[in-house]
Amino acid sequence: MPHDHHDHLSPSGHPYRPDDDHPLTYWQQMEIAVRELLIEKGVTTAADINTQIDAMDARNPSHGAAVVARAWTDPAFRCALRKDASAATREMGFDIGPMRLIALENTTDQHNIVVCTLCSCYPRNLLGLPPDWYKSRAYRSRTVKEPRKVLAEFGVTLPESTTVRVHDSTADMRYVVIPARPEGTEGWSADDLAKLVTRDSMIGTGLPKSPDAK
Amino acid sequence: MTEDNTFDGRRWHDMGGTAAGPIPTDQHDFSLWEKRVDALMIIASSKGHFTVDGLRRVLEDMGEDAFETMTYYERWIASVNQNLIEAGVYTTAELAQRMTEVAARGATYGEAASA
Repeated sequence: MPHDHHDHLSPSGHPYRPDDDHPLTYWQQMEIAVRELLIEKGVTTAADINTQIDAMDARNPSHGAAVVARAWTDPAFRCALRKDASAATREMGFDIGPMRLIALENTTDQHNIVVCTLCSCYPRNLLGLPPDWYKSRAYRSRTVKEPRKVLAEFGVTLPESTTVRVHDSTADMRYVVIPARPEGTEGWSADDLAKLVTRDSMIGTGLPKSPDAK
Repeated sequence: MTEDNTFDGRRWHDMGGTAAGPIPTDQHDFSLWEKRVDALMIIASSKGHFTVDGLRRVLEDMGEDAFETMTYYERWIASVNQNLIEAGVYTTAELAQRMTEVAARGATYGEAASA
């Protein structure tokens, strides 16, 4: 055995992070080489890369949940969000950059679900990185053709009277679903409401948690 | 691999509406090297070396086999690298030499990433 995984320490004397301690793959080898060349050529610095990763790690569905809860409790914000979701979310500190963001409101009559058939476009500023299933062939291909069957696989069954609308993202245009506010939450604060808003409810593959489950 | 030929004329990545199996439920935590690939894409494009369209072009030209056999960020680093070479940021010779050096440092990602 080339080395003992348990006792192996990095040059700093600390154990490697678990995901560092696997045999090097060709593509990892390329990532290291590309990263080092970019630093040497002055395109970026190691610190800039770490800052970018920290920013990526900081983006998560709680940002989207804060937007949804505010839309549920602040009529002026809801209006602004419907008009220009890029600007409204930027004001909350969740900048989507040059892309256009569209907020899709679920009602009793209409349920929205978001997919990217061509690739993996996703509102990262509000939800973080997309889950693996969002990038899968099955989700990308089937959602536009049989959304109710896809929803059923996520445990969501809607009345036949509810229209299901599927929205196909592009590199320049992203969508976030504003789920319907759960009944029985009258008088709740935005912070408490945000705890009911799941990632999947903002993609459209789920519904908010029940107030009883809080 | 899908056998559905209903949508002839479209390229492989334009997969909306084609036949496919159940939605996979597996989820993995992104590892450090994957996050670094993502960061390199964002940084290199923000500095104007290529655009998201350049990333997509190479991903789509890699074809369906790559989609089936390589992971998401494996495809991304291949595309980022291709775009950076095309932009003249470094040469294929520089890349080859550096990849050889990287591999010589050790057998794991942790060792190879420690210059």
